[in-house]
Amino acid sequence: MSQPGAPTLPDGLVVVVKRECETCRMVAPLLGRFATAVYTQDDAQFPDADAIHDADLSVSWHHDIETVPTVIRVVHGVEVERIVGWVRDQWRAITGVADLGDDLPPFRPGCGSLSVDPDMTDALRAAFSGHTLKSRRLELADLDDEMELMFDRGFTDGLPVVPPTDARVLRMLEGTTRAPQDIVAIVPPDLVEVTIEKIAINAVMAGCKPEYLPWVIAALEAVCTDAFNIHGVLATTMPVGPVIICNGPGTRAIGMNSEGNALGQGNRANLTIGRAVQLIVRNVGGGRPGEVDRATHGNPGKISFCFAEREHDSPFSSLAVSRGFSPAANTVTVFAGEGPRCIVDQKARTAAELANVFAACLRTLHSPKLVLAFDAVLVVGPEHARVLADDGWDRDRLISELHARLQMPGTELVHGALGIADGVPAHLRDVTLPKFRPDGILLVHAGGSAGLFSAMIGGWANGEMGSQPVTKEVLP
Amino acid sequence: MTRTLLDPSSERTVLQRERLARPSSLEGQVVGLLDISKPRGDVFLDRLEELLIGAGARVLRYKKPTFTKPAPVDLRHEIATQCTLVIEALAD
Repeated sequence: MSQPGAPTLPDGLVVVVKRECETCRMVAPLLGRFATAVYTQDDAQFPDADAIHDADLSVSWHHDIETVPTVIRVVHGVEVERIVGWVRDQWRAITGVADLGDDLPPFRPGCGSLSVDPDMTDALRAAFSGHTLKSRRLELADLDDEMELMFDRGFTDGLPVVPPTDARVLRMLEGTTRAPQDIVAIVPPDLVEVTIEKIAINAVMAGCKPEYLPWVIAALEAVCTDAFNIHGVLATTMPVGPVIICNGPGTRAIGMNSEGNALGQGNRANLTIGRAVQLIVRNVGGGRPGEVDRATHGNPGKISFCFAEREHDSPFSSLAVSRGFSPAANTVTVFAGEGPRCIVDQKARTAAELANVFAACLRTLHSPKLVLAFDAVLVVGPEHARVLADDGWDRDRLISELHARLQMPGTELVHGALGIADGVPAHLRDVTLPKFRPDGILLVHAGGSAGLFSAMIGGWANGEMGSQPVTKEVLP
Repeated sequence: MTRTLLDPSSERTVLQRERLARPSSLEGQVVGLLDISKPRGDVFLDRLEELLIGAGARVLRYKKPTFTKPAPVDLRHEIATQCTLVIEALAD
């Protein structure tokens, strides 16, 4: 019942009270009959001058006092029994005073302890458990602006960050059951071991809430696999970064957006989870633009590109289920992708017509002349999904129909064909080549309810020689 | 009260190493050329090899499995133990 480093309580019966609490005031006259020590949280003179003032709430915090009054029986410095509020029978039992509170009602609930006041908890946690954090402290001079310091030290992505104080980082760590010094991954390009604590610091800076932290941890684990190859994703001159697609009931529990503007701005969970991952790659891994990041153009999604699949009314099984996970699991799938491009078709009324336009647009991904080298995420909007569902097309049907439409004659792909120099070698002129490898199209359902639009996200060098999508389960 | 923030970085300090003195000639030196496996990189390296041999060097050729990932540790070790000179360059 007590935290490490707790002040020792005297043997006997210890009572914790505050004057503000009506129940404490009611029982105050009884305490002199049995209490070894009375700790008062607010008024040093309550209930009398002998009370011990727990001014910094150290006793209350360390002994996990949630309610006042609390009565604790201590034997040889160890708590053996505790009761809270006023329950006359319990008080009589613990004190052994048979007529205790004869004139009082049999029951009255206590009040909240000051040490669990939401306005106080962050500061108390920082004061009493801040020593558990191992990261270096950056001291600010009186005139230093903390926001400017974070810019000056190169810790930001170009936008302001939330300054990572002990109180904020400790609150962030409440979002996971994992210990602060647990090592989660080795972060490229500098190949640095990253702890939960360093992840939490960067998650604070990104603007995350504690409940987002498990999602950041899972996404970082996925990004730091050899299969995803974040080193290559950083180092490439192409404009790709980690696109994080979230699945499972937890996406709604933490308030992620899978609907209108899901791929855009405005939702804290979407934006800050993706941003935290990128800040960790920058600050812990050392992956910075102009250094290992050699992108020719980059894309705005490299600040953050994270969204949830719209599962609740999707006609398709989810991306995570297609990758072998249970619909009940919370997962993140990371994909090395560029920014999204819109696919417009407001006239298609059959699934086949829609597949035609999807295929025609997907064919142009990166270049209409390049085949097999890049994967794609196809984000089907709800109005397009309805057209597909009306014709009975499921996930597998749509993907197979797209592959069937994306078989390219070599005559259109060889160097010089279509007046475009780039392309495949001339000896492939008589061969038919697929635009995508068999598992190269990832299907996701997301977007607002209005708009006959979908979106496609082009990938980077695929397969074992480049980057492969990686899915990880989000664990508490 | 002193205000402090927690360091979000790896807290590493970059080591500075002195460069070795440059050789006065290529005669007798063993030069490593690493093909990073990008298309047509070999065309460039073939020409470089010709020039180096013409200058009296011996040339050893190496190849990364893929341009998208750093050279494997064993390959880096091999280059370090077999060569006296490495030409380091970045291009795309």
